[in-house]
Amino acid sequence: MANEKSVAVLGAGMHPWGKWGRNFIEYGLAAAGDALKESGVDWTDIQYVAGADTIRNGYPGFIAGATFAQALGWTGARVSSAYAACASGAQAINNARAQILAGLCDVALVVGADTTPKGFFKPVGGDRKDDPDWLRFHLMGATNPTYFALYARRRIELFGATEADFATVKVKNARHGLENPYARYKKEVTVEEVLASPMVADPLRLLEICATSDGGAALVLCSMEFAKKHGTQDLVTIDAVSTVTPRFPQIIIEMPNFSTDSSAAVATVGPTFKESVALAAYEEAGIGPEDISLAEVYDLSSALELDWYEDIGLCKQGEAEKLLRDGDTTLGGRVPVNASGGLSCFGEAIPAQAIAQVCELVWQLRGQATGRQVKGATVGITANQGLFGHGSSVIVSR
Amino acid sequence: MTTKTRVPAIDGWFTMDEHAPALLGSRCTSCANVAFPRETYFCRNPHCQGNEFVEIPLSRTGTVWSYTNAGYQPPEPFVAADPYVPFAICAVALAAEQMVVMGQVVPGVGVDDLNVGDEVELVLDTLYADDEHEYMVWKWRPMAATGTTIRQEA
Repeated sequence: MANEKSVAVLGAGMHPWGKWGRNFIEYGLAAAGDALKESGVDWTDIQYVAGADTIRNGYPGFIAGATFAQALGWTGARVSSAYAACASGAQAINNARAQILAGLCDVALVVGADTTPKGFFKPVGGDRKDDPDWLRFHLMGATNPTYFALYARRRIELFGATEADFATVKVKNARHGLENPYARYKKEVTVEEVLASPMVADPLRLLEICATSDGGAALVLCSMEFAKKHGTQDLVTIDAVSTVTPRFPQIIIEMPNFSTDSSAAVATVGPTFKESVALAAYEEAGIGPEDISLAEVYDLSSALELDWYEDIGLCKQGEAEKLLRDGDTTLGGRVPVNASGGLSCFGEAIPAQAIAQVCELVWQLRGQATGRQVKGATVGITANQGLFGHGSSVIVSR
Repeated sequence: MTTKTRVPAIDGWFTMDEHAPALLGSRCTSCANVAFPRETYFCRNPHCQGNEFVEIPLSRTGTVWSYTNAGYQPPEPFVAADPYVPFAICAVALAAEQMVVMGQVVPGVGVDDLNVGDEVELVLDTLYADDEHEYMVWKWRPMAATGTTIRQEA
């Protein structure tokens, strides 16, 4: 399905997700080393390094492309860093892709890694009354799961979703991730166990909310011409990277906001933000949801995965529960979702996560996803969403 | 018992009217777009170049769009009571403004007392207190909560 805007994936690498308590550079270095080894390209031949940033371990200048480049040994390569909350990794991929498509470089390394603290994500400290992320914790006690729960409750109200449906997503993903060597949680759970876990944000329970993890992921990307010269077999390509903003007025409440936009003065038209993230990717790749073999979506909560089924066009609005209940999104079904185990089995390592989604698709499309292989997969899509109007979707094909 | 001075937990987001408080939004003088918290220097409407705004009180009542609760104590900068008391949070649709605004639900009202579509009203309640001040914030209170004890403002 490669098109004139495709770039080739020569290598993918990940450091296992977990709570290792080590420096994030170590995870990024391990992932980059594996991606380079897979690609058969020497580090010293990489012309461009695209880092995915986060802020928690210092500041974005530190958790950045240059830090990984220094750890690999400074070679004078061009470098960039991207911070876009949960979509940081996809923006780093997009930076590398743009350089390659513009003819400014032939081969690039994309790296993201993070070390995360235990418990709820919380904003950077201080007294910051002009930052909505700080203020929503201070004035409302609204954590990330608060927002996930508001969406989950809507599914119950509008579409008749049940708590058992949400738990079933967790059960499915836990099973998918059992043999994934990079997953943090490799343990089967039952619906009963999920529903017996403590309520965090009604109707979402502890086992249904994604943890925060340490991890690292990397990709070696190159031009189609470079890949041909390199003699790569079974070429996997990235055919689209969508990083669109929402459109005004945005009428679904989003983290970290206190309110939606008003649609009184300007009427709402067109798709919602999450729908538009995937639509832009489909449009760029020149394909549609019917072409998709598998999807890796951001299951920050169990219920949120169901929203994504609709947002990426696997089914119509209100039909996600049926898709789940029919087994369509389970390994062996029509279009498996989160064959990797998803965030449910990984926990989120923010700047690495959107890169990790693409790594999984690459291995799936090459038929190398041992223990979780989607048979005959030819096209995959990723979808993710983060704070402050950031989201991404990447389409990968073979 | 000494009376503490009641002050807003954040300036300019709501009126301190004890009986009929209102959230304070902005209306763009060019395109009439309403925003909360209020805009002061740019209009969110991509087709509008407006940069002048008037302050307007938002509707004091609305209907529950969705709701949840905080089963675990939220991290700082939330200031939690000791011991921690879970509370409900709801997102409320305002008809005139055609927008949804979040807020805590008053103490004593849990998720079992809430339904999507319920009518709720804006009230002021204490977010936290120190030795001298009670820091006030807006909360939502069901207008017809049956079988529930709702703490009235003293």
